[in-house]
Parts: sequence; C-alpha cells; structure tokens
Amino acid sequence: MMASSYNAKEEDGHHSGASSGTGLSKNKKPDNTAFKQQRLPAWQPILTAGSVLPAFFVIGLIFIPIGIGLYVTSNNIKEFEIDYTGVSSDSPCYNCAKNFTWNTTEPCVCTVNFTLLQPFESNVFMYYGLSNFYQNHRRYVKSRDDRQLNGDLSALTDPSKECEPYRKSGDVSIAPCGAIANSLFNDTLVLYYVDSNNSKIEVPLVKKGIAWWTDKHVKFRNPAGNGNLTLAFRDTAKPVNWAKPVYELDPSDPDNNGFINEDFIVWMRTAALPTFRKLYRIIQKKSGTTPTLPNGNYMLNITYNYPVLSFDGRKRMILSTISWMGGKNPFLGIAYITVGSICFFLGVVLLIIHHKYDNRNTSADIPS
Amino acid sequence: MLRRRLNRWFGGEDRRVGSRTIYVGHRPCPANEVFIPPKFCDNRIVSSKYTVWNFLPKNLFEQFRRIANFYFLIIFLVQVIVDTPTSPVTSGLPLFFVITVTAIKQGYEDWLRHKADNEVNKYRVTVLEDGRRIQKESEKIKVGDVLEVEEDETFPCDLILLQSSRDDGTCFVTTASLDGESNHKTHYTVPDTERDVESLNATIECEQPQPDLYKFVGRMHIYKNNEEPSLRSLGPENLLLKGATLKNTQSICGVAVYTGMETKMALNYQGKSQKRSVVEKSINAFLLVYLCILVSKALVCTTLKYVWQSKPGQDEPWYNEKTLKEKETNLYLNMFTDFLSFMVLFNFIIPVSMYVTVEMQKFLGSFFISWDKDFFDSEIEEGALVNTSDLNEELGQVEYVFTDKTGTLTQNNMEFIECCIDGHQYKYRDASSEVDGFCVTDGPMNTVQQKAGREREELFLRALCLCHTVQVKESTEQGQGQDGRIDQVDGLMVDGQVVPPLQEQRGFIASSPDEIALVQGAMRYGFTFLGLESKTMKILNRANDVEMYELLHVLNFDPVRRRMSVIVRSISGETLLFCKGADSSIFPRVKQEEVEKIRMHVERNATDGYRTLCVAYKHLTAEEYDQVDSGLREARLALQDREEKLMAVYNQVETGMNLIGATAVEDRLQEEAAETMEALQGAGIKVWVLTGDKMETAKSTCYACRLFKRNTELLELTVRTLESPGKRREDRLHDLLLEYHKKTVQDAPPAKTRVARNWSSQDYGFIVDGATLSMVLNSSSENNLHDYKDLFLQICQNCTSVLCCRMAPLQKAQIVKMVKNSKGSPITLSIGDGANDVSMILEAHVGIGIKGKEGRQAVRNSDYAIPKLKHLKKLLLGHGHLYYVRIAHLVQYFFYKNLCFILPQFLYQFFCGCSQQPLYDAAYLTMYNICFTSMPILAYSLFEQHISIEMLLENATLYRQIGKNAMLRWGPFLYWTLLGVFHGLVFFFGVWFLFSNPALQDNGQAFGNWSYGTIVFTILVFTVTLKLALDTRHWTWINHFVIWGSLAFYVFFSFFWGGVIWPFLRQQRLYFVFANMLSSVSAWLVIIVLILLSLLPEILYVVLRKPRGPYARQKLVQSSAGGIQSPRSSARPLLMRTFSDESNTVS
Repeated sequence: MMASSYNAKEEDGHHSGASSGTGLSKNKKPDNTAFKQQRLPAWQPILTAGSVLPAFFVIGLIFIPIGIGLYVTSNNIKEFEIDYTGVSSDSPCYNCAKNFTWNTTEPCVCTVNFTLLQPFESNVFMYYGLSNFYQNHRRYVKSRDDRQLNGDLSALTDPSKECEPYRKSGDVSIAPCGAIANSLFNDTLVLYYVDSNNSKIEVPLVKKGIAWWTDKHVKFRNPAGNGNLTLAFRDTAKPVNWAKPVYELDPSDPDNNGFINEDFIVWMRTAALPTFRKLYRIIQKKSGTTPTLPNGNYMLNITYNYPVLSFDGRKRMILSTISWMGGKNPFLGIAYITVGSICFFLGVVLLIIHHKYDNRNTSADIPS
Repeated sequence: MLRRRLNRWFGGEDRRVGSRTIYVGHRPCPANEVFIPPKFCDNRIVSSKYTVWNFLPKNLFEQFRRIANFYFLIIFLVQVIVDTPTSPVTSGLPLFFVITVTAIKQGYEDWLRHKADNEVNKYRVTVLEDGRRIQKESEKIKVGDVLEVEEDETFPCDLILLQSSRDDGTCFVTTASLDGESNHKTHYTVPDTERDVESLNATIECEQPQPDLYKFVGRMHIYKNNEEPSLRSLGPENLLLKGATLKNTQSICGVAVYTGMETKMALNYQGKSQKRSVVEKSINAFLLVYLCILVSKALVCTTLKYVWQSKPGQDEPWYNEKTLKEKETNLYLNMFTDFLSFMVLFNFIIPVSMYVTVEMQKFLGSFFISWDKDFFDSEIEEGALVNTSDLNEELGQVEYVFTDKTGTLTQNNMEFIECCIDGHQYKYRDASSEVDGFCVTDGPMNTVQQKAGREREELFLRALCLCHTVQVKESTEQGQGQDGRIDQVDGLMVDGQVVPPLQEQRGFIASSPDEIALVQGAMRYGFTFLGLESKTMKILNRANDVEMYELLHVLNFDPVRRRMSVIVRSISGETLLFCKGADSSIFPRVKQEEVEKIRMHVERNATDGYRTLCVAYKHLTAEEYDQVDSGLREARLALQDREEKLMAVYNQVETGMNLIGATAVEDRLQEEAAETMEALQGAGIKVWVLTGDKMETAKSTCYACRLFKRNTELLELTVRTLESPGKRREDRLHDLLLEYHKKTVQDAPPAKTRVARNWSSQDYGFIVDGATLSMVLNSSSENNLHDYKDLFLQICQNCTSVLCCRMAPLQKAQIVKMVKNSKGSPITLSIGDGANDVSMILEAHVGIGIKGKEGRQAVRNSDYAIPKLKHLKKLLLGHGHLYYVRIAHLVQYFFYKNLCFILPQFLYQFFCGCSQQPLYDAAYLTMYNICFTSMPILAYSLFEQHISIEMLLENATLYRQIGKNAMLRWGPFLYWTLLGVFHGLVFFFGVWFLFSNPALQDNGQAFGNWSYGTIVFTILVFTVTLKLALDTRHWTWINHFVIWGSLAFYVFFSFFWGGVIWPFLRQQRLYFVFANMLSSVSAWLVIIVLILLSLLPEILYVVLRKPRGPYARQKLVQSSAGGIQSPRSSARPLLMRTFSDESNTVS
C-alpha cells in the first residue's frame, strides 16, 4: 500500500489508472458509507477566547501554587558543596594535585576542613562532582562492552572493538574494557565529624543503594566462576589506569565486587553534561531526633587518586538532602511560576480582547 | 534492402523511407525476382518491465534514480563507510523498508503484466497458410500472415481487412477497450480481395507504425496473372486494430500489418507526460532550505569541534584517548569524515518518511474522489475517475478554468428546433397542429407565399437524410443488450407519439449528436433514413415510398473545413452533392444572392443559443463527377500528405453550391451549469470558454451560464469588429487592443482592491475568435508582435470571463499555454469532453474529462474525469480545497516536526565537545518518523475538514483564501520553521536547566545522558502530536484512535524497548531508562511544563486568529440556521456573504 503510492508516478498512465479508479467506479454506485463520503461523525472543537480563557486561568491557578511549592521544596533542601581539586596553592590538596603521577604505590592523602552551618536532617547523600569532564563525548560513551559487563564469557576474553584503545593490554584483554571503565573515579572520600572536643568521629557512609536497582541486578553481572571472582577474571588484565583489578574493587563484600560494584556501576552511567555529579555514598538518618549531620566542623579525608588538572577539570564533594523531587534545583519551581503567570496574564489579556471584541461583534473588522 | 526495392518501384522521385512492404500470405510477388522476407518484430506484447533475471538490478537502479532515494542511499553508504554516530541501521532500515515495499509492489504489478501478456501472447489464433487453417499462438504471428478472426474475438494484431462474412464487404467492430467508444464502427474490405483470399497475390505498402488510432495510409498492389498490378488505397476504414472486438460479423480474414509492440494499441500505451503540482515545487524549495540548514549545521559543528579540540587537554584527555587509527589519519581527511558524520547525525531533518507519507496521502486521498457518491451519475452509471493522484491538491489552486462549450457547458443532447428553407422559418410545434407537423411560424417577408415550394422542402429534407454518416442500429440483432445505449444517444425517442411506432426501435449511431438530431428532425417531417446497405442509402419519404440513392463519396467532416458533404446518385441518374456545415464555411461557397435570406435566420438562431448548420446542394454533371471521382481516388491513394491532397479536392468540389436552408439545433445547458460557473467566479477563478462554435451561439451560452451578466461590458475582438472601412485589419487590431488595454488594465483600480472588484466595479467580458487570435499570436511579420501578445494577455487577465470562439483544437492548447506561461504562472484547469479538447486537457496543469457523448478520448487523456460539469464545483471547491489544506499542512508539519526533532541534537553538540554524540537512542531516531509521529499526520491529511464540505460549497469565496499557494509560501514556512526552532530550544534548554542537578530521583540517584535524551524525546513526541491535535478541526474516531494510539504506542514501546536486555544490541543504552524517568517526579513535572510552554504560542495564535476564519464560519452557521428563505444559490445572500467575507480575507 505504502509503496504503491510511493512510486505511483513512475507507473504508466494506464496501469496506475486501472488500479485507482476504473475498477472501482465502473458501473457501480459508490458505497454510501460515512467513511467513503467523508461524513464520519466528528467532534469539531473550535478554540475560541471563550473556551480557552477558563483553561488559561485554570492552568495559571494550578501552576503557580505548584511552582511555589516546588520552589519552597527546593529551597528547603540543604546542600553543601566543596571543591577539593587543589588548584590554588592554599588549597590543602594542592600538593597532591600538583605532584600527581600514575605509578605511585603510596597514595597521596589530603584533608579538607569545612563547617556546616545548619544541621542536615534526614538522609544525606554524598556526591562527587566533576567539571569539564566530557563523559558524554562520543568516543567515550561508546567505549564499553555491555556484553562483557553482563557476564558474557566470550566478551570477557574478546571485548568489543568499541573498547579501543582500551581493549587489550598486550595480548590479554582488559576487563572491564573501554574508556569509561578505565577512567573510573577512584578518589576515596572519608568524612569525619569534629565534635566540640575536637575529636574526629567518622561519619558512617553506606555504599549500597547508590546505583539503579536494575543495573545492579540485571544489567551488570559478574562472569560465572563458581563464586571465585579471581578465577573468573584470571584471563583478563586490569584496566591500564587502575591500581587494582576489578575483582578487588570491594573485597569485603562479594555482592559489591567485580562488575557489580556499585561505584563502578554509577560511573558507567555516563553523565549528560560535562559538569555532573554522581552519587558516592549515603549517610543514613540515625534513629531519634538527632540530625544526620549536625552543624559544626567536618573533615573530609581524600585519597587523591584522580587527576583532573591535565584537562582543566574540577572535583567537588557535595552533601545534599533529597526531597521527593530529587536534589536541589530551583529551575522547576521558577518554570512553573513563570508559565503559570504567563497563562494567567494571557488569560487577563484575552479577557480584555474578548470583551472588546464582543462589543464590536457586528462590525467584524478585527485588525489582524 | 528495403529502400533499394522501394526505389526501384517508385523511381527516383520517391524518397519514402517511412513505409513498409508486406507480402500478403508471404507469397512472393511476380514483380520481384528475389523474394526477401522483410524482418519485422513478432507479435509478442511485452508490457512487463522486468524479467526474473534483471528484476533486482533494474528495479534498484530505477528506484535510486529518484533524487530522494539516492540521497538516502548516500547517507546510508556514508554511515557504513565512515565511523558515524548513528548506526547504518537508523537510515538503512527505513530506506530498506521503502525500497523493498516498492520493489514488491512493482514486482507484483509486473507479474500481473506478465500474466496478462502471456494470456494475450499464448492466445490461439487461426492462421491461413497455403489454404490450410493452422492454430498458432498469438505471439507467433508474423507480419504478412493471413488470419481468420471470428465474432466477439479481439484482433490479435493490426489487420487489413481482406474478407468479411458479410455480403457487403463490411464488418463491425467495437473499440471499447481502445478508446472506450462502445458503438459499432464499420470497416470495409479492400475491394477485389473479397473472393480469393487463398490465392491472393498482393503486397501492401503502408506507413511505418504510428500511434494515432485514427490515421492510416497505405496501398495495396494486387497481382493477377501477370497483369499490370492494380492499386487499391487503404485507409483507417480498412484497418482493424489490435484490441478491438469483432461484432455482428461471423468471421473475417485479414492480413497482419503491424504486430506486437508496433501495433497502434501498444504504441498508445506509452505513459503521458508527468504533470507536477505546485505543492511539489514548494516541497523541493523547502527541501533546499533544509538542505542548507543541514549543511550549515554540519559546518558549524565541524568548525566548533576543531576549535574546541585546539584547546589543550580537550582533544585527547587521559581518560579518553584516540585509537591508533584515528591518530594516524590525516587531519583534513578527519575533518571531512567529521563533516560527513555530522551530516549523518542531522540527516533526519530531511526524512524518508515524508516522501512516503506524501505519496501515500495522495494515493489514498484520491480514493475519496472516486468514492464520492455526489459524482455518481445515474444516467451513465459511473462516478468520477481518477487517472492520477499527483494533482489532488492542484484542484485547490486553480486560477483559470478553460472550458469547452459543447458537451461541457451544454449537454450535447441535441434537439432539432427549427429550420429555415429559402428564408422561411419552419418550427416544429406539436404533432396535433398539422398532419405533417410541418408548419410555417413566421416567414421573414410575410409575403403571399407563406411556404417555400414543396420541392424545396423535400430537397432540404432529402439533404438532411442523406448528408450524414449516421448508421442505423439493427435493433433486431443487438437491441436487447444495448437498450440503455440507444436511449442515451437519441434522447429524442422520448417523445414517442410523434415517431411512428415502426421507427420507435430504430436507433441511430453517429459520431456527433448533431447528425442524429438532424436525421431525427427529418424523420419527424416525414423523411426517414432507413439505412445504408452496400453503398445504397434508403429513404422513406412522405409518401411512404422508399427512395434509393447510391452513395458515391463521403467528404468527411473535419474541424478545419467545418463542413461535410456526400455525393450521391439518385435512381434517375442525377449526381448530387449535399453539403452541410457552419455558416461561415458555407456562405462563401454558395451563390451570394441566396445568402441574405438565410443569414438573418441563422444569426437569430445563433443568438438564441442554438447550433446552426447550413445546408447546400449542387448538381454535378457526369463530367464534373468524373473529375471529382478521379481526384478523390488519386488523393486517397497518396501515401504522403494524403490529408492535404484530399482537402484540396474537397475544397475544389464544394464550391458554387446552392444554399437550401439552415437548421437550428438546441443544445441544452448542463444541469446547474450557471450555478457552477457562478460558484467558480465567486471562488475567484476566471472562466474562459474555448469553443469551436459560432460566436453568437457561444455568447448566448455564456449569458445563459451567467458568465456574462447584464452589466458586463463586452469587448469584442473578432473578424467582424476588425472590419472597418478604410483601415487595414492589422491597424484596426492594433487600435482595438490599445483601447481595450486602456479600459481594462490602466483604468482598473489597483490590484489590492481587485478581489472586491468583481462586485463593485465594471465587469468586462472579452470575446475573441480564432482568426483574430491567430493574427495576434502569429503576426510574425509585425515588429510589435511581442506587444500584441502581452497586450492581449493583459486584457484577458483583467476580464472576468473570456470567450474564445471558432477555435481549432490546437488553438485551444495555445491559449492554455499562453496563460500558463504568463506572469505569476497561474494554475490552469481545462475541462472538456471531446477529442478536440484533448490538446488543451493535456496542456493545462489539471485536465478534466467529462464522460460525455463524444467518445472517451478526453476521459482517457484527463487527470480526472467526472460525469457532469456540475461536479466540477465540488471537485474544486470541496475536494480541491480540502486536499490542498491537507497536503500543505502535511508538508509544513513534516518539516516542522523534524526541525524540532533534530535541533536539540544539534544543540547537544555544544555540550559534548562537538563529538557527534547523538542525543537520542538509535531506536528513537529510527522510529520517530516511522512510528511515533507518522500516523497522526497521515490521518489528519486524509480526514481533516477544517471547514465542512457543505460550507465550502456554499461559500465559494473561501476558495480564495488558499489561492496562490497561500499555505506553502515563505511566510507560513517561516512561521512553521520559527515554531520548530522555538520548540527545539524549549525542549533542549528546559531539560538542560533541569540537569544542572542530575540527581532527580527521590533516592538521590542521578540520571545520565540517555535519560536526558529520553526526556527530551518524550516531550518532543508529545508536543508535536498535541500540536497536530490542536490543528485538527475534525476529530473522527480515526483521528482519536491514531493520535492517542501513537502516544500510547510510544509509551508502550519505550517500556518494552527498555525492559529487555536485547541480545542483538551491543549496548543496552536504554535499559530501564524510561521506567526510571517515569519514577522521577521532576521528570514528570518538567515534561508537563515544557509541553505546555511549547504549545502556548500555538494556542494563542489559534485564539487570536479566530476572528478571521472561524468567525465567518460561525456567522454563516447562524445565518443558515436562522432560516433564510432560500439559502442555496439565491444571488442576493451570496452577494452579501461575499462582501462580509472579503473584508476578512483582504485584511
């Protein structure tokens, strides 16, 4: 059907004519059906000022409160952000950043002190943020092998071509292969609360539940190896920029090791924009009325493994509470208030026009 | 070889290469020592294009010859060769789909053709070979074979009729399958071949194959026992065409002259020239713009990419190293492949699916025309016929209508009204008034003698009875099957009490209804034509005696000569020539003293709108006759220029005749002709009448059709007005042209108010005749030729209606062509019913055939065929208007939806280092145009009625709103493009702001780039679909189903696509992305607010525009509901409506 029309042109006159008309109309009265006579019953809405006006007002009246609600919600979210890249010389991580080399056995550790002015109630989410990091570069985005990550044994030893140039290390294939995996964010962040006695209390960081459930349980699978990951990965090499192989990402928890390590999974979900944040840890709310993070001084202990200065990038640590709408973002609230107001305003304008127009109904010469 | 033999035969003076020689029965002729059987093609009909072997390459080649297909193929190849962001599947799949479906469809059609060919080619025919009958397959027939064909069989190739089972050497055929004329035509055997086909020794020499069905010249040399070969002329009356069917004759024998692909039928099946619609041109222009956008986008991105890369650390950061291959490639080659990659990334802006959808819309949409029961005519049991679906929307753009008069404006249902003999008028009244029904109503001179002499009367009636080519239908043999047919042809049978019961079943068949009317007129006055039997015409005269006349020659009618004659010999041995024809062609050829008496009548009849014919006769002495006879025979034997030679003889014979009288035949106006014309004029369409008829007749028809109104000032440019004493015609022409030009063009109000001009200021009607027109067009000797044509055109364009009378068919086409190519290239439509309209039907943008009485040629060559003129109104104002609006909207919408589809992808390049990263998943890229957004617009473009058909028909001025391609000009295009840009910006940046914090889920988890794309895509699909929903004025259940269905399908598909780990995919990009998106409240909120924001300007536009379109409509609803006394076709309310609407349209 589709193509018969598509190339009807190239058909000779008599053939197309025969197909479209003669057979149907010859000596035969056309069917008097509503469809063929183009008389199907139809709803014929006419948008008039009269019918649109209430809609505008209703939209305005709904959107403005929603917007205000969203704005307030967003404002109530507490967020604390600190840049620990170490660009300026007075930054505690300046030395680590400056003296970075890939092949060190002794990791560089720096400590950043900060103060929370307000207590963070409920669960607090710890993010790391990167800037000017193009996780959405095409060469980068495609440089992965989802089959390998899904535990496919053949892909484990023979990764996809897309992983180049992070596909093989010498003759041994890399697991996990590709640029994304290779550049896994490997700073270790530890948070301490400095109480009034100036003693450091480590804030417990939960690393479960930071990745999508479906990613962790379906999309990412460790290769079968009788529960022994070392065995499963024995024919593979670690990514070139990694300090340790994939099966040692979290030796303490076999459910968080290998490909199903949540930090790894989170990293593998490539960010949309060059400035992004990724969930690092969750600070669970303690029972009772004590805030999760009381106001006061904190220490962030950073094992500085991840170089960003070479491409003028930045690293941040973000602490944030979360509402039902996610993290702090005033945009939605503003958008709703704006659109609601526009609708309301238009409603008023239309009302005026409608009024005027009604008065001149008889003359019918509305300027266009 | 052939040429040498020919040269030997005809001597040096003949240079006829364009003829072929056929040996009847393959018998060598005594005249030739050497018999070399000439080579002709066999009788295989090959209408199929492909064979099993060449189907694939040939079909693919033909498909990729289309620019669009080729473009997509290139894109596909680029994707395969170059490392591009999207997989080749995204563009390959749609292309493959389109190509495959087209190939399957064409293959199927070709298979059908093969089957049909085989049926024809394997048909068993009887060949007479050496006195034996041999059954052969049709494809084995060779030129020169003698075939026997029996009744109701079709002729397997073009045959020269040698022998017929009928005594008089005739046979009847019907050419229904060739030109649709189902009447029986008589064909004649070649004289002297009748008896001895078995032993006939002859050669036939005839022209090379040519497609004209009605032309054939040839001659036959018959060799008898070493006598001097005798010559016989062969004409179309001897030629039986392949495809025609033998009727009423038991069997015939004929010799094959043209076989296989050289038969006239095969030659006629070549496709007509392609007509393209304005919309298509607009599409191409828009395509060009979009191609520019595409290229500039790709250029911008490529440039930016290299600028971005030049910053240190950006090109190849440690986390994202290039492969070895990428590093090694030459920089410029890299740039080029990058450019190509961007082209591929953005190529969706020009979608394959648009072509598919447009073609599909046209194809499916055209069914509504053939389905329309309003176009069904119960008289001929047929509805409208659509020969092409490419021009549907052109019906909504017509600015000029060129209409034929006879059969189009009028019914071509002739009735004999009155006649005039020697200046006395005879009007047929009622049977009761006088016994013979023949009375004088008013003699011109009211002298003592009120009637013309009885002798003159009878001479006149005999002339009517003899001077024609009418056949009598043998009611006994074929009466039953064709009753309907008879009734149509001779509508006069209705008043049966006049006609003697004996003649009641008598049917007449003629090529022109005038002749039937005349013969029947004569019948009413007591002279009945009984028929033609072996060259003898029988007439039943008033005294019920049968008179016999030997028919010697028929000097056929042709439109140039505008008359026909017969030469007959009466029993008494008198040779008489009877001639009838148009007054202008008869008057100069008769004795002048007779003219004056008749002229007055003729002119008065013409003013009354009757068709007039003058009848003249002439006695031929035996000497004269011999001269004429030999002249005619000679001319008929000529192979070359036969027409011209015949014409010369005709002109020579038809002189010095005696005028007997004139006839007046009424041709009634078509039903609702006036209303239709009025509606067309109300729609701003200029109607030109192009007719071969007399000026007076045509003028009165124009008045009757309300093309000319009482206040219309007529500007005449005819032979009559050019004749002024003391001046050369050329000078007079010059003066008149200038004068009219001044009147119509210079004094006319400025163009802006012209729309309203029809009603407010002076109307002009322009009349021109063929002779003057050719003076205007062909006065090549004049220096100011160009000016004449321009002046003429300008005058014509400023008149509301133009009447061109006395037009030859070619002149009609000339006029159409002139208007078509004039400034602003207006869209022209030609409508006609006869063979003489074919040229203008083919010439105009849209050709409409009326399924009238003058055969089927107009219908065959038309783009659309309708049974009656009145259907033109609905075809243009209803269907045309809707089709145009639909397709214009379709085209604009397609460009719009792809612009806002691709713009976010383009913008995304600024945020991903111009790395060609696609924003959407490949599945979305592929499916967007095929599945998610294609059906709603298709449904819209098939069912939309922004204004109901009734309203469109009632209110013709609405047609002007879409005139001049109003919806596809650059203004609307810019509007849609800006809308697309706005939407694209809103989609992208709205989500961009949202993603400034990608932690959008209530469990703190963050979204990645595919979520970003999916959110944008969701907004996009919903917005463009809802935008279409806003534009839809006519919601049938199909629209509801398709619009909500596509949205539901999108959601369903996204769940499904993201819900499974697809083993064939290398990357599971969208795994649970959609579901996660829906679990985020923020995503919901942003989708809602952005859709609303995008649609706001549209809603606003619709509401603010409201006072114009729908307001007028509302008011109309009120007025028609308010119970106006005569809502339809009454002039007054129409006038008022037009006023009020115009004030709206002009503003």
